Amino acid sequence: MTSTAIRTGGGVADRHTATPEERERNRRRASRRNVWSAMLFLSPWIVGFLVFTAWPMIYSAYLSLTDYDVINDPNFVGLENYAQMATDPKVLLALGNTAFFTLVQVPLYVVVSLALALLLDRAGRASGFFRTVFFLPKMTPPVAVGVLFLLLFNGQNGLLNTVLGWFGIDGPAWTTDPAWVKPGLILMSLWTVGASVIILLAALRNVPNELYESAKLDGAGFWRTSFSITLPMISPALFFVIIVNTIAGLQTFDEAYTAFFGAGNTTYSNDAALFYVIYLFQQAFEFLNMGYASAMAWGLFVVIMIVTAIQLIVSRRFVYYEGDR
Amino acid sequence: MTRYRFTAGCVAGAAAIALVLSGCAVGTGGAAGGDDADYDPDADLSGELSVMGFSGVDEVATSRVEYAEAELGDVEVELIEGDLDIQQFLSAVASGEPPELLYADRDQIGSLAARGAIIPLERCIDGEGIEMDQFRESAVEQVTLDGEVYGIPEFNQVQVTMANADLLSAAGVTIEDVNGSDRAAMTEANKALTKSDGGSLSVIGVDSKLPEFLPLWVAAAGGSLLSDDGKTASLDSQEAIDALTWAVGIYDDQGGFSQVKAFRDSADFFGEGNQFATNVLGAMPMEQWYINVLNEVSPDAPMAFDTVRTTSGEPIAFAGGSAWAIPSGTENAAAACRWAKAMTSVDAWRAAAEARLAVREEEGKPFTGILTGNSVADEEIRGMVTSGGEPWDSGIEAMYEANDHTVSLPANPADAEFEQAMQDAVNSVLNGEATPEEALAEAQESAQKALDEGWQTLEERASE
Repeated sequence: MTSTAIRTGGGVADRHTATPEERERNRRRASRRNVWSAMLFLSPWIVGFLVFTAWPMIYSAYLSLTDYDVINDPNFVGLENYAQMATDPKVLLALGNTAFFTLVQVPLYVVVSLALALLLDRAGRASGFFRTVFFLPKMTPPVAVGVLFLLLFNGQNGLLNTVLGWFGIDGPAWTTDPAWVKPGLILMSLWTVGASVIILLAALRNVPNELYESAKLDGAGFWRTSFSITLPMISPALFFVIIVNTIAGLQTFDEAYTAFFGAGNTTYSNDAALFYVIYLFQQAFEFLNMGYASAMAWGLFVVIMIVTAIQLIVSRRFVYYEGDR
Repeated sequence: MTRYRFTAGCVAGAAAIALVLSGCAVGTGGAAGGDDADYDPDADLSGELSVMGFSGVDEVATSRVEYAEAELGDVEVELIEGDLDIQQFLSAVASGEPPELLYADRDQIGSLAARGAIIPLERCIDGEGIEMDQFRESAVEQVTLDGEVYGIPEFNQVQVTMANADLLSAAGVTIEDVNGSDRAAMTEANKALTKSDGGSLSVIGVDSKLPEFLPLWVAAAGGSLLSDDGKTASLDSQEAIDALTWAVGIYDDQGGFSQVKAFRDSADFFGEGNQFATNVLGAMPMEQWYINVLNEVSPDAPMAFDTVRTTSGEPIAFAGGSAWAIPSGTENAAAACRWAKAMTSVDAWRAAAEARLAVREEEGKPFTGILTGNSVADEEIRGMVTSGGEPWDSGIEAMYEANDHTVSLPANPADAEFEQAMQDAVNSVLNGEATPEEALAEAQESAQKALDEGWQTLEERASE
């Protein structure tokens, strides 16, 4: 045991110098205190996660193995719901519609978002105004967008076909022709690109100017600069936008439901707009097949996990993070 | 070691929370089916009565509510605002806290009864002395499942043929050509009435109102989509195939359903610019309440009315409407029963008609009647109708005539699935994805499967 004399403002005080074991013990004690403090601050979120996310997920996994109609106790049926999904033609139809929507909508959404972000990046002082303008539609309730879709895209008197008519184009029946329903919904979804535009614009603003100046000195043109500097530097933001919109695309519901399955269309529906989550909703809340709907929800969860995992693997090759070696 | 203890603590904590929650979420036990209330028309009632699904705020509703509240004496009535949300209702029943009374569409009653969410009303009807023979047979059929009555019918809805007299005249056809009595004539009338402008539809000749009116067209040909006992679907019957083929053909002759629907959707259905007032629709069958809308917003519209007619020329309508039902596990079934009786009584309907008549007189407009599930009340109210001149008087005449010739589909334990199967079939034909034969055969299979499962569940529940 050793002791050290320490000079303080008031004089000299003896202080015990800890042994390595004591220091380790003190470190652990402090560490434990920190962990408990952190847990205390995190506890509202943890409780919220357990109650509102983890538990419902666990319970829905259980329900997916049952026949449950809300009012009577769940009746265990094993994997019957999953087997039924495999043979349900509407599940296949809904999956096909959803896949088509996502595969076409996400690239288009990203391209339009990027194009608008590039324009805003060069807009100078007006950028703030246009940022607000582009973001405003994002604030529109999806139900209103669904109703708006029916008005703007009406094949007879819709604004879109009226404008197309000015150019001699006879627009299709976007809202009633099964061949044009999904393209119409995809076009309408571009209404809400605002959030992605803001994210990409922030990424564009973070690209160091020195890189562009060096490229310019080396004689690089617009395309070379875009592909060798801009895109790699904003690739994390692009990747984020792609992932988030892919998941949103696979879960698309509000606008299509309002336009084709909501109060104004209680009897007529168009199978071309039957997306996976709409069919899931119908099973759960119209037919009260909660067990089957839970199985469908887990099916979608697995699909989203697989798609996201593939995107993450692919991203290792294409996404550049500054911190990476 | 500490880290492992901490992790174990977290897992144990999570498990404990899960266990507690599972205790909350499972084992509600479903419906409490017993009905031990004392139903006595002379009993003084008390307690609370919460009513779900009834959001009527007009004079027809409020006058009857006042009447019913007086009949209930000291009972504290709470009307839960908003239309019925079935899931909310079932959750309330499952959690043991149902409302005392439910107001629902009659075509929802079968499924609710099959799930044990509402109770049979035999004791209520006998105890309170509700005169069921006053109610229309088609309305009672819709609330009767497996021989048990589960609802007291309230409003009634029927369809009437509505046409634009000017367009009919210009096309050289009459209302008799578009009322369904002669389908070949109706097809030809549709062709004569339809107009296109530059390849796009400018006048809809006839709107056969698919998919919702397929049951009406099938019934008009003497068929039915469901057996009287609600157990056997006949969606693939020859009458159904013929009716669907013909009704879809009406659209095909106008360039396809897609064109007609796009045009229909662009119309100002409830406003001055409605299809009849703007001369862009020749004829269609429609629920009777639309006569009031047209009279209100476009009193000068050149209308012509008739009932929808069977292929042998008789009036026919497919009844729809609402009903009162008592949830399982309700705490004040006696008050609920008294309320259902009061709201559907002749006295209540008379009060409603007087209130509506007063409002209409004040506005200087005709009183066009109220259709109820109670035939005695209907007869009395019909006597109070005031003339609005032609063509509106003919419309009201057609409405009452249709009300006397209603048919319906019986209650069944899979009404949502049955209806969805039918609509899917019609929609797939309208969208050009299947022939009527193919679509209806597929619908028959899925509807019958749902019916079989529903009845089996019902039988299992009954034997428990």
